[in-house]
Amino acid sequence: MLTNLREEACIESTRVSFADAHFPVPFRQGLEYSSPVRGTWNIVHTGMLIPESHQIFVCAQGCLRGVVLTAAEMNALDRYSSVMIREENVIDGTMESLMIEGVADVLHKLNYRPKAVLLFISCQHFFLAYDQELVFETLRERFPDIRFMECYMIPTLRKSGLTPDQKMRMQLFSLLEPKEKDHKKINLIGSNLPISITSELVKILNQNGYQLQLLNWCETFDDYMDMAESCLNLVYEPIGIPAARDLEKRLGQPYCYLPFVFDFDELEKNYRKLTDRLNIVPQSYEKEKEEAISALKSAKELIGDACIATDYTFTFRILSFTKMLLLHGFHVTELYADTFLPEEQTDFEWIREHYPEIQIISTNRPDMRILPKERDDKVLAIGQKAAYFTGTDHFVNVVESGGMFGFDGIRQIAELMKDAYLNEKPRKEIIQKKGYGCESCI
Amino acid sequence: MKQTVGLTSTYSSDEFGICSALYELGGMVVMHDASGCNSTYTTHDEPRWYEMDSLIFISAISEMEAVMGDDDKLIRDIIETAERLQPAFIAIVGAPIPYMIGTDLEAIAMIVEAETGIPSFGFPANGMQNYTIGISMALETLTKRFCTEKLPKTERMSVNVLGATPLDFSLNGSIDSIRKWLLEQQMDFNSCFAMGSSLEEIREASKAHVNLVISYGGLKAAKRLEERFGIPYVIGVPFGKSYADQLAWEVHEAVRTKQSRIAFKKVQRKAKKQFVMIGEIVFCTSLATAVELEYPDIDIRVLTPLDTANELLRDGDKRAGEEDDLMRYLNDADGVIADPLYRPLCRQTTFYSMPHIAFSGRIYEKEIPDLINRKLKYREETLC
Repeated sequence: MLTNLREEACIESTRVSFADAHFPVPFRQGLEYSSPVRGTWNIVHTGMLIPESHQIFVCAQGCLRGVVLTAAEMNALDRYSSVMIREENVIDGTMESLMIEGVADVLHKLNYRPKAVLLFISCQHFFLAYDQELVFETLRERFPDIRFMECYMIPTLRKSGLTPDQKMRMQLFSLLEPKEKDHKKINLIGSNLPISITSELVKILNQNGYQLQLLNWCETFDDYMDMAESCLNLVYEPIGIPAARDLEKRLGQPYCYLPFVFDFDELEKNYRKLTDRLNIVPQSYEKEKEEAISALKSAKELIGDACIATDYTFTFRILSFTKMLLLHGFHVTELYADTFLPEEQTDFEWIREHYPEIQIISTNRPDMRILPKERDDKVLAIGQKAAYFTGTDHFVNVVESGGMFGFDGIRQIAELMKDAYLNEKPRKEIIQKKGYGCESCI
Repeated sequence: MKQTVGLTSTYSSDEFGICSALYELGGMVVMHDASGCNSTYTTHDEPRWYEMDSLIFISAISEMEAVMGDDDKLIRDIIETAERLQPAFIAIVGAPIPYMIGTDLEAIAMIVEAETGIPSFGFPANGMQNYTIGISMALETLTKRFCTEKLPKTERMSVNVLGATPLDFSLNGSIDSIRKWLLEQQMDFNSCFAMGSSLEEIREASKAHVNLVISYGGLKAAKRLEERFGIPYVIGVPFGKSYADQLAWEVHEAVRTKQSRIAFKKVQRKAKKQFVMIGEIVFCTSLATAVELEYPDIDIRVLTPLDTANELLRDGDKRAGEEDDLMRYLNDADGVIADPLYRPLCRQTTFYSMPHIAFSGRIYEKEIPDLINRKLKYREETLC
């Protein structure tokens, strides 16, 4: 029998079993492919969370293209403007004046007065060593009624220090100034999507008289500024930790990291950590835990041994999630990811030990472009990338945990798995929309 | 002020023009950039991405590689991938950071070609020019590298169509309609640079009697084919019925006289309504001429924010590269024909929607009409 050596080679370069995989980067880093899956948020989506703000990007035309159309697709072009860097600005050292005069010109053109401007600079600024302090000081002097936030679109620096996503989530709160603390106000920061109000976390705070605030719930710019009054910042996405640390340092707001892991004991520890911190009476979560276990059991009964594929866009702790599925008897065959967070190592080692045959499949290796995406067996995909690469219309359409959290979140996810197993979704239409949960005209 | 875009979108850039022009030809295109370019292009500027495979990748350059000028990693990565995927050619495309650190993409392409034996070329794109420049670079390079042999002419009159990309023509059937129109006019379709034709068909471009340039991006390739093989070219898009007939006559005349020609002229008369149309120069001047021929009460001034040659501007047409330049002309007009994302600039003027992927990406893709060789209608703020 003839073997297609090229396809074999392509497959080999894109997948590796847990048994043979390196942690945290399982694949050789080289040229990258970008699949048409677009549900994850970018810096424009995140920045739009600040009410009454306007975004101005100062970049080359090519870099502007993705951000201006992100704004347009979320029907927010009226809150977005551009200043284009041209060749002469790179050569003649006019970057500072281009930025100052460009931003001034944009502000004069707008038919409203934003309370804040998120001013984004790009990779080019770093290589030109432009004077950022001068630019922002001048703008703050010239427009004293507007607050200017220093924001970054710097993918070239994505492997040096904070990632653009971490930096954006940190800068998002950089306008907050010290305020007198209200000991009944608590912020939840670092997540793009609002937490589900049925989660135990929200209930604990409500039942004990705390007022929870999220950027997603702020209706005015003043609401946003009032987040500085909170006595504590909660964060459950690892990517939000730099923001929490920065606020602790600048505003004296301590933070409490309650990672959204899919380990029942860890979740209970989280809640104990929170109740200890707030000095409130811990409660039992047996009921919520039982409901989560029961939902998983019910999902397993329905789904049986059908193949399950997961991907890293579904939740930041995808290995923890995959481990939970395996512990509850689900037949996970593959996981789509290109790198893992350092804090996932324990879960990685557990899967390697107990299920070494499970495949880790790259989402950005070039060969993924041409390998077949349809398959004969029924696959349940959890996450948009897993849906795309396995060619299934049976998928859980969630990004970044979708605001689900804790035992309640696990229960909801199990319900979504059942629904996805039974019902098809228009995959092509759904996964190409940018910014899961945002308004979209596509 | 120059360079500020307060209220509207910005056009696609040179890197994406190159990718779009080379998309269907079986090559491998590598954008030498950090990240983001790839997803931007494939989300907003490439309607074929989901359904049609093409090897378009990004080098994912990092800060350290940029600072250290590490070209070796790029070369190794390209070779490693090309050896497995065996593309018909390799295009290495510049972006802002390679431009700033002075990466010699042509030299890198020479090394890659020597190592792999696969035709390779570097493009000095920098992300700071319009997509039209990118299309132009890509199509001219195709003629240089692949159209090398002077082949016998086809028996029947045949045409190469130059400058076709979805950025200007979407996937609404316009290129097929041009093919049908040529057949109706007793002309065969020899090749299309570069939608719907294979690299093999493009290699045989010298068999054609004439080239039809349907966007500014096709002009340099046309000039090159004229110099190399003596093939005359005609610039124009067969929009509308009357103008399509006129353009067909111009194409026949170009073949007869062996003289290249621009096939859109201002229809001289005193019209009651003064319209403005914004967009790519060949597309807009052709469409404006077509509308003027079918609606004698309308006079259209084309404003192009994109690259053009002086000879492509008709009387009264203008370059308007900045948002402020455009605004100057819009409020006095009786109507504006433009991409819907220009609407915020002309609040008091009747607006006729003409979506353009190179400006608004995929947002209005399904609303782009195929206006090739059919009677034009304008009504209720649309031209169809």
